[in-house]
Amino acid sequence: MSTLVLDSASRWFGNVVAVNDVSLSVGPGVTGLLGPNGAGKTTLMAMMSGFLAPSSGHVTLDGQPVWRNTEVYRRIGLVPERELSFGYLTGRQFVRANADLHRLPDAAGATERILEVVDMVEPAQRRLDTYSKGMRQRVKIAAALVHDPSVLLLDEPFNGVDPRQRMHLMDLLRRLGDEGRTVLFSSHILEEVERLARHIEVVVSGRHAASGDFGAIRRLMTDRPVQYAVQSSDNRALATLLMAQASVRAVSLRGEHLDVQVDDLGSFAVGLPGLARQHDLTIFELSPSDESLESVFAYLVAR
Amino acid sequence: MTSAVFNPTIAKLALQALLGRRRFFLLLAFPVLLIGLVALVTALTDGDAAYEILPGLGYPLVLPLVAILAASSVLGPEVDDGSIAYLLSKPVNRYGIAISKWLVALSATLVAGALPIFVAALITGDGARATALFVGAAVAGTAYSALFLAVSAVTRHAVIASLMFVLIWEGLLGNLFTGVAWLSIGQWGLRIGHELSDQLPDPANLPWAIGASVVVTLVGVWFAGDRLRSFSLRGED
Repeated sequence: MSTLVLDSASRWFGNVVAVNDVSLSVGPGVTGLLGPNGAGKTTLMAMMSGFLAPSSGHVTLDGQPVWRNTEVYRRIGLVPERELSFGYLTGRQFVRANADLHRLPDAAGATERILEVVDMVEPAQRRLDTYSKGMRQRVKIAAALVHDPSVLLLDEPFNGVDPRQRMHLMDLLRRLGDEGRTVLFSSHILEEVERLARHIEVVVSGRHAASGDFGAIRRLMTDRPVQYAVQSSDNRALATLLMAQASVRAVSLRGEHLDVQVDDLGSFAVGLPGLARQHDLTIFELSPSDESLESVFAYLVAR
Repeated sequence: MTSAVFNPTIAKLALQALLGRRRFFLLLAFPVLLIGLVALVTALTDGDAAYEILPGLGYPLVLPLVAILAASSVLGPEVDDGSIAYLLSKPVNRYGIAISKWLVALSATLVAGALPIFVAALITGDGARATALFVGAAVAGTAYSALFLAVSAVTRHAVIASLMFVLIWEGLLGNLFTGVAWLSIGQWGLRIGHELSDQLPDPANLPWAIGASVVVTLVGVWFAGDRLRSFSLRGED
């Protein structure tokens, strides 16, 4: 059982702040690090895995600093996002080299056991450069797990992995979390994080935007005001009707469209067709104008 | 704390990195061409024209080029693409990694750089001169490989930076200003070789040549290890 703690950690590159005063604690179980691309996830991951010094603040594993501390890697398994450049090695040779670097007493046995865990025994004698993305990802995980670490850090582990392999990987990570390991993975895809992690940390623009179990985060995200663009046979008549709805916060005319700001997504979407039919209005178009994940994150930060 | 000693796994991986890439054939081509050229000129000409190839081309150019190729192959690509993180996320002493990789680069430099110079020099006759040149090349190869390993640990443009050092500093400026010999790895090697055969030049004093070679070697390997200790992965964001 290990706990990874960031204490007011910041990191800047020149005058660009990549991570801004983040304090969080990652304990046993699966935690998802969620944020849009460029939010600072990779920088955070690098600091947590001892591959980047925090510009200020502290990053510790069970109380010990991780920067320039080679010994922490006895407890950390790292799966970087970077591709393996060891294409000339077979899967087995690569995992074995990792076991040897850890000076495991039974390196050969540990290698076979972990290849079994990630279900890569059969292709293990092939060279890494013949592997599919999902296979390379599994071999990377095997290499990170071969010394039985209490902490597993994975940077965007599902990027470019096909859906079937993704399911397989998720099952594996879930199992590792259930065993009491501290598993932290980063992703910019909400659904991925939601399906796997019990606990979610959200980072946006280098800031720690939210933290909690996925239900709470999901509610935060769906309950936010949403902007819709509506086009109908009579926009002014529709505007009057909409304004009377409890879920609608604001309506404005913009050319051929009505901009509608909605509080409660569910009742608005369910109610709109009936409302229009009752008053003989035809809805030509209804489109969310800010459904991007970025706007969801922007809302979380501004909150 | 793990100790800073030779790590066979790191050395094995470095060797595989050296042999497993296309660069290896380039590394192989240098000695073959050098020996071939010297043998050809020896067969076609009289006098010492063939030997002149060695202090003119083999020693100042082929040897450092082989050292650059070897040193950058064992460390450069991994640092460039960040995949050295796979080695560094292990409880392995960073200086041990540097020492192991340097020994592999050094071996390659000796086998593909110093040894072919010795063989080529033997073809031109005069065994003492050949031995002296070999000792000089071995000393210079030792310091070169450590220096270029350190350069590979610092910059993504290691090959360019190392080439500049060899071609512009040691080559161009070294030919124009004799004082550069005091700060030229190649000249230190020649000075040490001079002790065995006075057909080699005498560009600096002997204690300086020995001391400077040792210092560059030790500091180069230590520095590479220290850079590995502070190796940072920078994300795209």
